[in-house]
Amino acid sequence: MSVTAIVPDYARRIEPRDPVENFHGNMLVYVHWEDHLSFCSAVAFPLPPAIPFGAFVSEVVAPAYAAHPEAASIDWSAVVWMIDGATKVPDMEASLAANGMKHKTLVRFWTPGLSGWKGTAS
Amino acid sequence: MAPKKLGLKQRYAHMTRGLDWETTYQPMDAVFPYDTFEGIKIKDWSAWEDPFRLTMDSYWKFQAEKERKLYAVLDAFAQNNGQTGVSDGRYINVVKLFLTGVSPLEYQAHRGFAFTGRHLRGAGPRIACQMQSLDELRHLQTQIHTISHYNKFFDGIGEFPHMHDRVWYLSVPKSFFDDARAAGPFEFMIAIGFAFEYLLTNLLFVPFMSGAAYNGDMSTVTFGFSAQSDESRHMTLGIEVIKFLLEQHPDNLPIVQKWVDKWFWRGFRVLGLVAMMMDYMLPKKVMSWKEAWEIYFTEAGGSLFQDLERYGLKVPKYADVATEAAEHISHQNWAVFYQYSHAAAFHTWMPDKEHLDWLSEKYPNTFDKYYRPRWEMWAEMEKEGKRFYNPSLPQLCQVCQIPMAYTEPGDPTKIAFRCTEVAGETYHFCSDGCKDIFDAEPEKYIQSWLPVHQIFQGNCGGATVPDVLNWYRMNVGADNMDYVGSPDDRLWSEWHAAKTREAV
Ligand SMILES: [Fe+2]
Ligand SMILES: [Fe+2]
Ligand SMILES: [Zn+2]
Repeated sequence: MSVTAIVPDYARRIEPRDPVENFHGNMLVYVHWEDHLSFCSAVAFPLPPAIPFGAFVSEVVAPAYAAHPEAASIDWSAVVWMIDGATKVPDMEASLAANGMKHKTLVRFWTPGLSGWKGTAS
Repeated sequence: MAPKKLGLKQRYAHMTRGLDWETTYQPMDAVFPYDTFEGIKIKDWSAWEDPFRLTMDSYWKFQAEKERKLYAVLDAFAQNNGQTGVSDGRYINVVKLFLTGVSPLEYQAHRGFAFTGRHLRGAGPRIACQMQSLDELRHLQTQIHTISHYNKFFDGIGEFPHMHDRVWYLSVPKSFFDDARAAGPFEFMIAIGFAFEYLLTNLLFVPFMSGAAYNGDMSTVTFGFSAQSDESRHMTLGIEVIKFLLEQHPDNLPIVQKWVDKWFWRGFRVLGLVAMMMDYMLPKKVMSWKEAWEIYFTEAGGSLFQDLERYGLKVPKYADVATEAAEHISHQNWAVFYQYSHAAAFHTWMPDKEHLDWLSEKYPNTFDKYYRPRWEMWAEMEKEGKRFYNPSLPQLCQVCQIPMAYTEPGDPTKIAFRCTEVAGETYHFCSDGCKDIFDAEPEKYIQSWLPVHQIFQGNCGGATVPDVLNWYRMNVGADNMDYVGSPDDRLWSEWHAAKTREAV
């Protein structure tokens, strides 16, 4: 469907506000730790597409969740990753882009054995 | 012979429709260019039933009388230091939320109704809209005047218009009205006149006004009363407009249904702020959000839609989802503000044991299982000196602009993720309701000004949180963070101590 507008060429008069070019060489990546809803929602980061997935895990993801009481128990090698809806085993040496991530990709991850504070998904 | 006095009805007819004319220098379509492109078909504008037969001169008289009463109460409130008599210093944060989040919407409503009051072709609805436009401007003014008294003592109030245009959570109510005002005049009337002022209004104003009454805020109660007769006119206009559109042409039904679905969902999302206010922010509770939803939506809305059934109009899509979510949204929203307290212009606090027990009682199906543990975990962290903050910025819904904190219907342990691709770019949504709105008019919502994305693009004063807060004009250390230990808290404790000394 398309917009109801008073001008016939509405679509040509407008611009999307968040194309990747607006982010100064970065792309947006959203991350969510499943079963840990004390982090109220997925969180957003502007990241260079060229950084290795391993660095993304250690420099971005791990610090973002460090405040959680279960954070210290995460076994990062056992984490189950889902990138834009598909379960994947990411190549830690390869870049985000090479792992199939693009602007506004959503990365969800599960930590087997850890399901939130006292098992309550918090 | 003495000139004959006109009867009320005749006077009304002369002073309203009697002043209207069919234009001849310019075609009517050029004079009223906005009332056809939405596809709404009006066969006979004169069939409009004027919901309130009020002429401008009596309108001024009524309003002036109400103003006199209101300002007398406000003066007395100030003279008697009424601000020291509210239930608790925490209560003022409800007032802050109202002034920053709701009052600017009164202004937006004023602008929107001024637009429809100019651009609808029928004189009857045009005049009703013009009066509502003036009402809304008056509401903004009276609210500013009422709350300016609190501004002398409490933080987070003084920069409300600046903040409304910039602060991340205020983009939620702002974008709601921007969306309505960027639509055509008929959609605006269904969005604001019907969905907001008729269907959902009791879930906004009743909680704030009875919350004020329960918590000793007589000044807010008084502006509420002063707006009440206006609001009943607004409700009448809202119901009249939907009936008028549905009676005029059968082709209008699918268009109106689409708008009702959309604006119910958008309104429901904005009302999440009220849910949180009722369940978490009122020191003396009125009722739970869930109870309010049952009374004002499930029951009242149910009989409204039964009444509208004869036009073929159905209960809004996803009403069942909203009803299920009534168990969750207040807890999920307060959790958002608790963890982003450093970036909010009002104070947050940890609910105490008595408060948690009240929530357990009001939400027996869900609170103990899902939300109580979350508060207990954070309370424990607070005790250890590790008060929990979320160090990252949240992912936002492209449509409602709220952090994507809402869970799957039926599973409060899973965040609901929805997305769509347009021209190779992904857009994310909190719900099927928001996704449907986007998919119907993607050209509109790909332009959304999402606060988090704007920060990352460098458009919000800088790259660090303090830069952004400065750009918000947030007075860091006073406006934001927890209530306990805030300047508000210190002031309140001093007043309290002085009162105790006087009593001894
Ligand atoms: Fe109003
Ligand atoms: Fe109103
Ligand atoms: Zn949404």
